[in-house]
Amino acid sequence: MIHSIRISCLKNNLSRVRNFVEGALKQHAISPIDINLMVLAVDELCANLIIHSHKCNPKEDIEVSVSRKDNQFVFEIKDESAPSFDLLSYKEPDMQEIIAEKRSGGIGLILVKKIMDEIQYERSGSANICRVSKRLAP
Amino acid sequence: MEVKFTEEEKNYIISIDGDLDASSSIKLDKVLAKAIGENRNPILVDCNKLDYISSPGIGVFTSHLQECEARNISLVLYGMNDKVLKVFRILGLDEIIPITKTKDEAKNRAK
Repeated sequence: MIHSIRISCLKNNLSRVRNFVEGALKQHAISPIDINLMVLAVDELCANLIIHSHKCNPKEDIEVSVSRKDNQFVFEIKDESAPSFDLLSYKEPDMQEIIAEKRSGGIGLILVKKIMDEIQYERSGSANICRVSKRLAP
Repeated sequence: MEVKFTEEEKNYIISIDGDLDASSSIKLDKVLAKAIGENRNPILVDCNKLDYISSPGIGVFTSHLQECEARNISLVLYGMNDKVLKVFRILGLDEIIPITKTKDEAKNRAK
């Protein structure tokens, strides 16, 4: 099964992405807490792209897809922009640093790394594909 | 997402209704910054109707923690559902920000 959605790069569309991911995951026996965590990680990645890579330009869009392989859920976020932010080489701050610096940024990427088991990036032509996955206990 | 505030005796209560995400967090940030600027103390945040939180929502709280400490303001969050609480726990913020189940507990927890 593969489900996908395409949205324009507006922050208001994040709720559509969340509803889409939640709907796709609800078809499986997954606890509401785990569903929420996966929804959150995808929301964070999309928000990052919409705000930083696409500067909230409604003429540009991103595509999100969800697929399942055994007990592993895979989320692909595809967009066309300059090579996107590389989460893999990003050294995330810790919460104490964030609080001390009165920041609010950086928390999203901490969450993605804590929630997801695998994070991959792929460049295909002019498209960036960010693929994250989570394995749940069978 | 809606943000409302009410006063109960000396308690300043901010209630959040809906999803706190990248598009809505600015609203809460303004209300909280104003309450801190007015030296309201304690500030209790009612999360009973908070359905969802992502990093910009969390960031509203983390970015004001030092200011609260500097002004000796007690900031207590209460009434979170399990999904929202889990997000605070993953970040270890439940050890840093006082979080209680009920409003009464929040009032007692405030200094």
